[in-house]
Amino acid sequence: MIWNPNKECMSRDEMHALQSRRLQKLVNYVYHNVPFYRNKMQEMDLSPEDIKSIDDIVKLPFTTKQDLRDNYPYGLQAAPPSEIVRVHASSGTTGNPTIVGYTRKDLAVWSEVMARCLTAYGITRNDTFSVSYGYGLFTGGLGAHYGVENLGATVIPTSTGNTEKHIRLIRDLKITGIACTPSYALYLAETLDKMGLTKDDISLRIGAFGAEPWTENMRKEIEERLGLKGYNLYGLSEIMGPGVSHECECQNGSHICEDHFYPEIINPETLEQLPYGTQGELVFTTLTKEGMPVLRYRTKDLCTLMDGVCDCGRTEVRMGRIMGRSDDMLIIRGINVFPSQVESVILECNEFEPQYMLIVDRVNNLDTLQVQVELRKDFFSADVGGMLALKKRLADKLKSVLSISADVRLMEPGSIERSQGKSKRVIDNRKL
Amino acid sequence: MTIKQLSIFLENKTGRINELTKILGKHGINMQAFSMAETSDFGILRLIVDDVERAVEVLRNESFAVMLTDVVHICCPNVAGSLSEILEHLAQNDIFIEYMYAFADGDKANVIIMPNDIEKCMAELKKCTCDINTL
Repeated sequence: MIWNPNKECMSRDEMHALQSRRLQKLVNYVYHNVPFYRNKMQEMDLSPEDIKSIDDIVKLPFTTKQDLRDNYPYGLQAAPPSEIVRVHASSGTTGNPTIVGYTRKDLAVWSEVMARCLTAYGITRNDTFSVSYGYGLFTGGLGAHYGVENLGATVIPTSTGNTEKHIRLIRDLKITGIACTPSYALYLAETLDKMGLTKDDISLRIGAFGAEPWTENMRKEIEERLGLKGYNLYGLSEIMGPGVSHECECQNGSHICEDHFYPEIINPETLEQLPYGTQGELVFTTLTKEGMPVLRYRTKDLCTLMDGVCDCGRTEVRMGRIMGRSDDMLIIRGINVFPSQVESVILECNEFEPQYMLIVDRVNNLDTLQVQVELRKDFFSADVGGMLALKKRLADKLKSVLSISADVRLMEPGSIERSQGKSKRVIDNRKL
Repeated sequence: MTIKQLSIFLENKTGRINELTKILGKHGINMQAFSMAETSDFGILRLIVDDVERAVEVLRNESFAVMLTDVVHICCPNVAGSLSEILEHLAQNDIFIEYMYAFADGDKANVIIMPNDIEKCMAELKKCTCDINTL
């Protein structure tokens, strides 16, 4: 099924024309409403009139996460505050989170693209759908929620936590669809098992999984254990939230809602645009966004883009699986974690050497983060209670900065391996 | 007189205590007593040696986190009830013991005590049936 065939199956020429019109409008809009972009364009000797078609996008400046942070909180917002009806926030690398304001129209576009995703997975108004992304500042919960409502299915806003209760609801309300992280889906499968139930006791048939990297093997395992079909859902809060791209029944890449989010692949070193089929960094321009539009936002996600009409009939460009990051960001339990965040916390504490190691693993399908730090000789105390308190203080600080809890390990001074060049700070044992 | 105990921070890692004992052995430092306080990821080794200053020096050279702690070393008769008598007296005088460890040697028993108030503890021990050692 296709939610909006007019857009999703548009001819390439029509799409090109639509994207060109929308880009021209967008550039005019940000030029006159966001000093950051106006300054950047003036520095490059570029005026809105220089953008005549979507192909001129290569002339435009990039936007990075750092730019969002530097302009905290509302520096990149283009719409006046009176037009903003909702704000979401995502974790920043250090200090400031990224604040994204949405206008009423932005929210309408968001529920439109989410409805496209859900329809592509096979969800209809007859389904009962559980949204098990976190509700709150994170875009996952509310983003998916309004898409389900827009589609007309019944939404059960389960959010995260209390998994046994969740499974009882899945069984008793005959929930047929679910959106959550793939690792949470596996955790659900385990809990189902623990409760003495099997996939035959529940009616789940479709899962929309995203917000963290996952593999074909995980897909198979989730599908077998929960008795559903799992589809990829991609998004990021800087662009919109979930709904930027989605798989269809063919599962040959994820269709990008290209009339709203224009994708490019660039070489992260030279910043040159790369042709379809070449792996590089994924870049998005929000063609229709009003609240906080971005020009050429560098996602740091590495993947390829594919063109050509899909067997499902959609003509939109597809993106392949995310193959990695062009920065050192980790996604742990769906939360973005930068080693630099951990570093900044450790540097604030005199008790520790500026040496640390992050060990990421997946135990019983849940991501775990261990932070190893070296104790400074002068701060060693012979009192076990004092040492445990020191450890807890660091764990509490990390939790408040990272939004996830970390298992702190106190190490002997000098025990973490020093490297000559670029130090290795992360060991990721997850098999992804 | 109190004696000096070495407190050494150790990661929970197979062979780590052996590395330490090897270093001490190589430098001819003899251990008189030790005890280990452990948590899930690290431990604190409490150690009494014959040459405290050299032990600290060689261990620090090998990057161990070492500190010296004043503890009380007493020697009491190795007979039933003798330690109880001492501890009873300390408790009556409100002396709290943070940790202790002991080892028997022939007709004597050696006890290392870390009290909350070391001065008061020493004063009270003088009234008990035991010798206060200074090694």
